[in-house]
Amino acid sequence: MTILVIADYITVGQTNTAVAPSTLNTVAAAAKIGGDIHVLVAGDGVADVAAAAAKITGVSKVLVADNAAYAHQLPENVAPLIVELASGYSHVLSAATANGKNIMPRVAAKLDVDQISEIVSVESADTFKRPIYAGNAIATVQSSAPVKVITVRATGFDAVAAEGSSAAIEAVGAAHDAGVSSFVGEELAKSDRPELTAAKIVVSGGRGMQNGDNFSHLYSLADKLGAAVGASRAAVDAGFVPNDMQVGQTGKIVAPQLYIAVGISGAIQHLAGMKDSKVIVAINKDEEAPIFQVADYGLVADLFEAVPELEKQL
Amino acid sequence: MKILVAVKRVVDYNVKVRVKADNSGVDLANVKMSMNPFCEIAVEEAVRLKEKGVATEIVVVSIGPSTAQEQLRTALALGADRAVLVESGEELTSLGVAKLLKAVVDREQPQLVILGKQAIDSDNNQTGQMLAALTGYGQGTFASRVEVSGDKVNVTREIDDGLQTVALNLPAIVTTDLRLNEPRYASLPNIMKAKKKQLETLIPDALGVSVVSTNKTLKVEAPAVRSAGIKVKSVAELVEKLKNEAKVI
Repeated sequence: MTILVIADYITVGQTNTAVAPSTLNTVAAAAKIGGDIHVLVAGDGVADVAAAAAKITGVSKVLVADNAAYAHQLPENVAPLIVELASGYSHVLSAATANGKNIMPRVAAKLDVDQISEIVSVESADTFKRPIYAGNAIATVQSSAPVKVITVRATGFDAVAAEGSSAAIEAVGAAHDAGVSSFVGEELAKSDRPELTAAKIVVSGGRGMQNGDNFSHLYSLADKLGAAVGASRAAVDAGFVPNDMQVGQTGKIVAPQLYIAVGISGAIQHLAGMKDSKVIVAINKDEEAPIFQVADYGLVADLFEAVPELEKQL
Repeated sequence: MKILVAVKRVVDYNVKVRVKADNSGVDLANVKMSMNPFCEIAVEEAVRLKEKGVATEIVVVSIGPSTAQEQLRTALALGADRAVLVESGEELTSLGVAKLLKAVVDREQPQLVILGKQAIDSDNNQTGQMLAALTGYGQGTFASRVEVSGDKVNVTREIDDGLQTVALNLPAIVTTDLRLNEPRYASLPNIMKAKKKQLETLIPDALGVSVVSTNKTLKVEAPAVRSAGIKVKSVAELVEKLKNEAKVI
């Protein structure tokens, strides 16, 4: 059995610098399945990423498809590349990131196999668990596909070490350019705080924050804790903060050591995104708020008094 | 321009689902069913494109049981012109649905297909991308803005670190994210009018599509329950607990 892991990577400005943390969790899932692990790095100017991927513990080979056609990993171009490579593999895995979710179903359909989305555990080489109904049920799914196409929920697997291997790097694949899509532009969030899905501590705000300016209370608390800042869907829909901060069923899934929910009522779809956090703290003035049903420590208080006080006492 | 919108009948988003005692699935008996919220956004976007004069006809399609006619009637009341139900009593995978939608695309030849990015029951987030693969069209997934100009559509997508805009040749596939629009409610006169609109029913065999699955659900269980902890009385007590009991700061 050989498993192909599709790498996600971090791009700073125009430069692709490093493997994304979620790829380390995906390699961990591959290691649970068992067998050789190869990593595919597809992009434009990805030599540094490939070099970093070759060091990931457990990886025995890195395939690099470095071509202008793969810039921004447009699925119309990257999917045919993965399909071409897939016949040599028992499994193709990607993290369930925006990128993985975009590309992998296109790969599965081309291979004429069902995909298994967002696995949280590996039961055997063909059987996996995944949440359905916003995490209100867990399905055990078995795949009979010759090539199993899977996305991995990063929070279900402890990351492997970024260093430890010295895998061979091999260039692969002719360029596929479907010619039906092109990149126009992007507006990326700029933040010096840790990335939401990889942070050890997350401070999130909800509708109770009242407006975007009040999130400054959370940024200041987060900076003291070295935390990332998230938000509920209600806060994003109300325009307080941008979409990349949303935690929940259809936003980001996080499982930090400490999750501090501030002014968040605790809708099902928000809980789906954070209930696997190790310790949950809820600060809300409504003592009936559902968030208290999952919180380890609840504080019924006005957040505009409690948050500055918390920051002061840390 | 003709737009095809795909909608799914799912358990209403307000329902707290329960797993069946025999672990065969989720109990859907006597549970309120609705149109998947992301599909409502897809219908709304198509209606807005028609109101802007970009679209000339909106065809809404659902793959599912005969009861999915309710959701199709809702879409007709919201402004779709006619409906197609591909009736299937079986539980289909996303690939099965995508293959049936491909057959409908071949019949209808739309310039734009809009779907929800995921259904809130299976949480798969696959069908739109799979339909794009099967048709060979470009895909604009997780859309927060859709702009048709000439023979292209620009789609702004919600991605992990912000927003990305791609240009796709038409015909193209778009899947909706939450912030694309706020769906309207159907008015009573429009609900009455929708009853007279055309709703055609097809069966998968008639479309020449076989839906064989490589996935098998072995069991469905309730998740581990997280129990409520304690209420602290003050910020000072919270800090003390986090430091000395939870040891997370």
